[in-house]
Amino acid sequence: MPIALFWFLAAVSLISAFGVVLQRNPLHCLLALIVTLLAIAVLFIGEDATVVGFLQAIVYAGAIMVLFLFVIWLLNLRAEMGPTGHLGLKLFGTIAVAAMFAELMAFLLPPHLQIKFAGHAAGYGSIDSLSQTLFSEYLVAFEVTSVLLLVAVIGAVALARRSTASEIQEHAADNARKERSAAQ
Amino acid sequence: MMVPLPYLMALSGAIFAIGVLGFLTRRNILVMFMSVELMLNAVNLAFIALGSRLGTMDGQVIVFFVMTVAAAEAAVGLAIIISIFRGRETVHADDLTLLRW
Amino acid sequence: MVTTVVNLPSSALALILLFPALGVLFNLFFGARLGRRAVSIVGPGVMFLAFAAATWALVRLFMLPPGDALTFTLWPWIEAGRFHVELALRADTLSGVMIMIVTGVGAFIHLYSVGYMAHDEDFARFFTYMNLFALSMLILVLASNLLMMFVGWEGVGLCSYLLIAFWYTNPQFAYNGRKAFIVNRVGDAGFILGMLTIISVLSRGGVWTLDFPTIQAHVALFTTGTATAACLLLFMGATGKSAQIPLYVWLPDAMVGPTPVSALIHAATMVTAGVYMIARLNFLFMLSPDAMTVVATVGALTAFFAGTIAIVQPDIKKVLAYSTISQLGYMFLGVGSGAFAAGIFHVMTHAFFKGLLFLCAGSVIHAMGGEQDMTKMGALRKHLPITFWTMLIATLAISAVPGFSGYFSKDLILEGAYESGHVWLWGLGVLTAGITGFYMFRLIFMTFFGESRVEPEKLHHLHESPPSMTIPLVVLAIASAIGGWVGLPKGLLWGDAFARFLSPVVGNFRPGVEASTLGLSVVATGVGMLGILLAYVCYIRMPGLPMIVAWRAKSLYQVLLDKYYIDEFYNLIITRPLFFVSNVILNRGIDRFMIDGTVNGIGATVRSGSRLARRSETGNVQHYAFVYVLGVLGVVAYYLYLVRH
Repeated sequence: MPIALFWFLAAVSLISAFGVVLQRNPLHCLLALIVTLLAIAVLFIGEDATVVGFLQAIVYAGAIMVLFLFVIWLLNLRAEMGPTGHLGLKLFGTIAVAAMFAELMAFLLPPHLQIKFAGHAAGYGSIDSLSQTLFSEYLVAFEVTSVLLLVAVIGAVALARRSTASEIQEHAADNARKERSAAQ
Repeated sequence: MMVPLPYLMALSGAIFAIGVLGFLTRRNILVMFMSVELMLNAVNLAFIALGSRLGTMDGQVIVFFVMTVAAAEAAVGLAIIISIFRGRETVHADDLTLLRW
Repeated sequence: MVTTVVNLPSSALALILLFPALGVLFNLFFGARLGRRAVSIVGPGVMFLAFAAATWALVRLFMLPPGDALTFTLWPWIEAGRFHVELALRADTLSGVMIMIVTGVGAFIHLYSVGYMAHDEDFARFFTYMNLFALSMLILVLASNLLMMFVGWEGVGLCSYLLIAFWYTNPQFAYNGRKAFIVNRVGDAGFILGMLTIISVLSRGGVWTLDFPTIQAHVALFTTGTATAACLLLFMGATGKSAQIPLYVWLPDAMVGPTPVSALIHAATMVTAGVYMIARLNFLFMLSPDAMTVVATVGALTAFFAGTIAIVQPDIKKVLAYSTISQLGYMFLGVGSGAFAAGIFHVMTHAFFKGLLFLCAGSVIHAMGGEQDMTKMGALRKHLPITFWTMLIATLAISAVPGFSGYFSKDLILEGAYESGHVWLWGLGVLTAGITGFYMFRLIFMTFFGESRVEPEKLHHLHESPPSMTIPLVVLAIASAIGGWVGLPKGLLWGDAFARFLSPVVGNFRPGVEASTLGLSVVATGVGMLGILLAYVCYIRMPGLPMIVAWRAKSLYQVLLDKYYIDEFYNLIITRPLFFVSNVILNRGIDRFMIDGTVNGIGATVRSGSRLARRSETGNVQHYAFVYVLGVLGVVAYYLYLVRH
């Protein structure tokens, strides 16, 4: 990838990341996040991680962010009004984060992290080689992840559904019983 | 011509730091969640970069898993937020302090 | 049938202990449920059975050659390296006499208690304790080694406490019980030290047991010094248990217990344990003339001292209590002079007449509705004939009127004192005989003669006691009258049969100074008669005389009445400092302030620390995340450090 493109993408992703963090309206934050994700997707493709890059755009930016969007609309969230306090947290938080960034850079950047790049094999980043690695070395993780997805689906449905009328009555009766025994 | 690794690591670190900052600073739960997604993506970038430099597919496979788990986590987390909202009509972090002593 | 009973193996000795033990268990577990009828049969019943077993043992002893004993080992008990102690019973002539006294007199006192305690709610508990006492005393007497004797020694101390404080709801009674137990304990410390001295001397000679025959066989291992030390320490135990100076102070206060208790424990049996112990260890005491002199001197002084207090006491039981202390002094005078048989003889006769005196006093108190003050009695002999006559016989016995049991035993003791060279002690003993005659007949005259000073309400209640109480009185009166005839002076009829019977165990008394038995007897009896005459004059002829004398010698009278202020002295020197250390220093200072303060302080510190610490639990996720970031900072810094160096 030409360096110029990298700088451009880096600038875009940084600015939109700040946008996520600093915008008042949650909808604006979401849009900024999508831009960041897309920029990162392009960076992936630049690193010859073609499949993953496309997946990032399709799944992450396309599906997960849409989910966020639906929730924002469902809860009808508005922009935050006025200052929100917690100046101590904001101040010390900023300082701590800056320190953390400096430390991380001190750790990640210096010469010892220079890895000899020997060039990519043919088919690096293709769906072929991804599947090869995925279904051989990481087979167990793959299976477990599928179970995880199943559980997540069930959990999400159970958590988010409205209680039926009978369940509401049961719940009220339980609460009343608990209050009575607590009062004794 | 490959992008020098330090640049990619620096970018990844910066986006991660921004994500942490957002998590610590914002009061809206959904925006906090989005900051978490930022952090995840920064880490994804680091994985891809290092995997590419080392010439193995491991980095990309791990990113694959991270994406999956992030999806699941987003689904469940949002469901929880919806439940909370149903009960309390708010998603402001200051009102959600049940775990306080 | 008789021959089969007589020929029972010596394991039947265990029956003597078994019967009272069964009594304890029955009364303890079933007494309350099965009611008074059951308890009043079982309580005295087991004692009579034990008496039968003791009689059997005595008969067998007569059939054995002199010096032999019935032995029976119950259980190996202690085996620690080379040191071994068994739970074993030994019935020789000495313990044979003692078990007859304990079970015989004890059985009749149990029978008496059925009538005396009839209206008491804790009827079953009383007999449980009484049987337990009998069991402990029999263990003490039948023990074949010093350690097992100590077990019995402690047991009777415990039962004494339980029975003195029987009506424990009264705080004073409970206090007196505690006082008895604790004073006893002080003596027991001496006893234990004496035992340890004996063990240490014996073990150095390679002997690792406390068996009496074994100690006797190896008595040459003791030097005069070690023997004196051991004997004086053991005697300290005896002063506690047998109420001699300086540890006698518990006995007068023990009178708050039921009168049968006073009769059995504090007259007939427990208090004689000290005398028995010295007689048992006579071979050891004979090695130390100094220890013997101490014993005899303490005995004589105590006899005189207690007698002087008794002459002014108005409470009938207090007079008898001091009388007991005084007579015990005689017993120690006897054994301290080497006349062991004489001391034991007096134990026996004293059990008869003092037990009887207490039971009669109980009868009087019962009839008087609980009144114990003799100044409120008088002319009771019309109302209580049996009590009067039996008490008179007992008084004649204790005053050593010739022919009665006390005469023979007291004379034998005084003869022994004189003939072993303790002339001054003999003189003190003779003087005390006069004092004894005086205060005992004072008691009789004040209670049964003269004008009636009884309060009008109590006159209606005055009646003789029921047969369960009067039968024991009669039996003991017969024993007090003729019981001394087993120990006649040498030359008369069958001579000193009692001493000869005991001689295989306690040896023969060798007089140092020759003296005329008749002469000594005349002197002692004469002084005794003087005392009785004086009492007659003071209380029958000229009833106002005692009051005039008391008024004239007011300070002396007050000192005697207040028991020489010894209790107050002990209170000041010992009890109050001890309480002070215990309450102020140990309780409030160390326990509450330091220890509880530390523990509570730790608790308070934890609580305030946690109150401080939980402020970090804000419930705000972002605060948690902030701390997380700080952690990340730390970890990465660490890795940076590792990488750099």
